[in-house]
Amino acid sequence: MLQGHQSWIFQSKPVILSSATVGGPFEARGNLANDFDLLYGDIWLEQDSFEKAEKKMLEDACDTAIKKADIQKGDINFFLAGDLMNQLISSSFSARTVGVPYLGIFGACSTSMEGLALAAQLVDSGAAKYALAGTCSHNSTAEKQFRYPTEYGSQKPPTAQWTVTGAGAAIVASSGNGPRVVSATIGRVIDMGISDPFNMGAAMAPAAVDTIEAHFRDLQINADHYDIIATGDLGQVGHDIAKNLFKKHGINVPESKLTDCGLLIYSKDQEVMSGASGCACCATVTYGHLLRRLRAGEWKRMLIVATGALLSPLSYQQNETIPCVAHAVAIEQ
Amino acid sequence: MASKAKNKKLTPTQIEYQTVAQAHEPPRPVLKNVLRAFFIGGAICLLGQIIQTFFITYFKFTEKTAGNPTSAVLIFISVLLTGIGVYDKIAQYAGAGTAVPVTGFANSIASAALEHRTEGLVLGVGGNMFKLAGSVIVFGVFAAFIIGLLKWAWTALGGAA
Repeated sequence: MLQGHQSWIFQSKPVILSSATVGGPFEARGNLANDFDLLYGDIWLEQDSFEKAEKKMLEDACDTAIKKADIQKGDINFFLAGDLMNQLISSSFSARTVGVPYLGIFGACSTSMEGLALAAQLVDSGAAKYALAGTCSHNSTAEKQFRYPTEYGSQKPPTAQWTVTGAGAAIVASSGNGPRVVSATIGRVIDMGISDPFNMGAAMAPAAVDTIEAHFRDLQINADHYDIIATGDLGQVGHDIAKNLFKKHGINVPESKLTDCGLLIYSKDQEVMSGASGCACCATVTYGHLLRRLRAGEWKRMLIVATGALLSPLSYQQNETIPCVAHAVAIEQ
Repeated sequence: MASKAKNKKLTPTQIEYQTVAQAHEPPRPVLKNVLRAFFIGGAICLLGQIIQTFFITYFKFTEKTAGNPTSAVLIFISVLLTGIGVYDKIAQYAGAGTAVPVTGFANSIASAALEHRTEGLVLGVGGNMFKLAGSVIVFGVFAAFIIGLLKWAWTALGGAA
């Protein structure tokens, strides 16, 4: 049901029946290795291309989520997925394997929560009994498409971020046991004029702040309502800017409550500059780490704000600035 | 960093945000990068010098002719390091130190060739190998042409050759 200008309240409180995460070797060395369902020791995943490896991770995440939910593939009504590859090949090719009615979505790194919000909306409105939302990214495919060849020796600035190799999927159902999706806020596209693709955190921070503020406004709540507010992949640079913007706008968001998936996933000694990024960043941290802590009762309510930079290699070569979007989903125990 | 020309298109709010954002960006460690580039780049050149001396001493090359085999050895080392996946890690440390010598040029070609191998030999490797190095060749040849013209004009006007 529409609440305010851009938020949905899910009155039936759809259940996240299960969630699954897959990661690569670099993620296995990170802080959250124990929260992954499946970790690969090789970035190729025994495939003959990185693109196939990325697709394989999403397939694995979907398979694991279906197994954990103890349902059949045939029970799932819709599969909502997106990724960073041109024409969404990872998602569409995974959908070919999963064999479930499929809707491809693109929100760059905000895809995880765009998918979860839409899945919850489908279930809440009675349009689906079971909806599967998933996303994936691969460090090497993202480097290849958006930057330089992976083995090319370019020096990255301290504002750069590291694309997560991984995939995450969640099954949303009308009934069952598990965390519940209670509301979502769909973000506007915000462009504050940042054009440096090696500084995505600064580009995306205003979008995250805009969506969080819209969420509070629409639901007439404040940060006290949540035990934790996690942004998707702002990294250190974007995280600091977001804190600064909240202060400037007079919105009280305690620093202890605000975290960023891009800061959680890797350890201090992993050289990732400003932090992690990629579709799989928010997806793996949320569907693995954050949901585990919510299920364990550590938190009661959390707000996940996935952030996406909607640029293409073509747009930045033509000196376009980077439009960004953020989608927020509130999950309760 | 946005140029002035670009700033003209931005709204005042956007320009204000650029200042906020810039305050939060960790600056590029320029001095550290320059020093590392100097020493690693210098080390590569020293290695080149050693190889050149080796060719002159043991293989009857002259100072003029030893250049080609020396470059070939450096290119070979660079491509090998690219192939085994360590060149990009050295480059993150060394920056311009590994990019400027012939090793950087070799790496740009080898890395692009590797990257596009999965798209086939003709359209993948062949079509993309010079994706990065191509502009170096284009502008290198063009710059050489201009310098050649200038040299010709200088001598035609009676300057010393």
